Amino acid sequence: MAGAEGLPELAGVHWRPRVTGRSLARTGRLWTLSTAAQTVPFVLGAAALTALRPVLAPVSVVLLVHAWAIPELYAARGAGVVRRRGAPDHPAEPVALGLLGDLIDHRSRELHRRTGLVLERARLGVWLVGEKGALLVRAGGRRVDCYCVRVPDPELPPSDRIAHLLLALRTDESGFATVANLAFSGARWRLRRRLAPPAREALDAAAPSARTLRAPALRPGWSSHVCTQGQCAAGAGGRSSSHDPSSDILQGPAG
Amino acid sequence: MSRLVRMDQTGHTTMAEWTADDPVSVEAALAAFRAELERGYYAVVSEGEGRAEQVRELPLDAPLVILRRPIAGG
Repeated sequence: MAGAEGLPELAGVHWRPRVTGRSLARTGRLWTLSTAAQTVPFVLGAAALTALRPVLAPVSVVLLVHAWAIPELYAARGAGVVRRRGAPDHPAEPVALGLLGDLIDHRSRELHRRTGLVLERARLGVWLVGEKGALLVRAGGRRVDCYCVRVPDPELPPSDRIAHLLLALRTDESGFATVANLAFSGARWRLRRRLAPPAREALDAAAPSARTLRAPALRPGWSSHVCTQGQCAAGAGGRSSSHDPSSDILQGPAG
Repeated sequence: MSRLVRMDQTGHTTMAEWTADDPVSVEAALAAFRAELERGYYAVVSEGEGRAEQVRELPLDAPLVILRRPIAGG
């Protein structure tokens, strides 16, 4: 069994530290700070220009447009990870869809039929898995991380691509997030505006589940665990294949 | 009847079927399993939402063993 060792694909990104709840929160804060560092100067510049020379107000408007556009471009990049790319008329798609359907429950099957995304509750949050990427709606439902991750085989039907990613995610969630490339981390509302309507529906479906995820009160000596509505997966009792003791959920600021 | 399936361009292909009390089918499944691992596939047993185990030996009692390709950051 390789579960305790993690995904074998981790060997290809050995320089990356494993993703945990703490590292996700830290990355989220850095992402927010970075975005603020890029936009605030434009806002301050616009304010200063208008205050010093009111005649330059049109220039200030241009600066404000820049300040608005930067986070929107980042969010658009994040939304791109779940854009549907595979040919829906791939001849093998019905067969692949049958196997994917066997892996997920009825609710996820229905959501996938409407949106092309598979909803998967896990320890770090609620995932929406697409053909070439995945969204992680973090505990609390306010922040979303967008990951580019794929199977490098262009001939696979779309549902097979999702099944590949889903099985890797189930084998080692932390490893999956480590192997994937982070494209965006930010507020759910910001990403939602940039998603296509079907993906927006999937995000809306994931948010309530993410809100039910609760971070435990972290005290020295306590093993971390995540309780979801109706069930509680304790760290000590979790399976080695899907449990990462360091993956305690900490909610970072959404921005 | 347990199955070993490979996710591929055809959707999926059944590589072997076996029952634990049939040594011939078990032997064929073991051979197919090893051959696919050598080709670079990973074997996974899904156990419902949030749970899957990667295996290096064919679990004869598992109803379904799935072979997947490696994933990579996009």
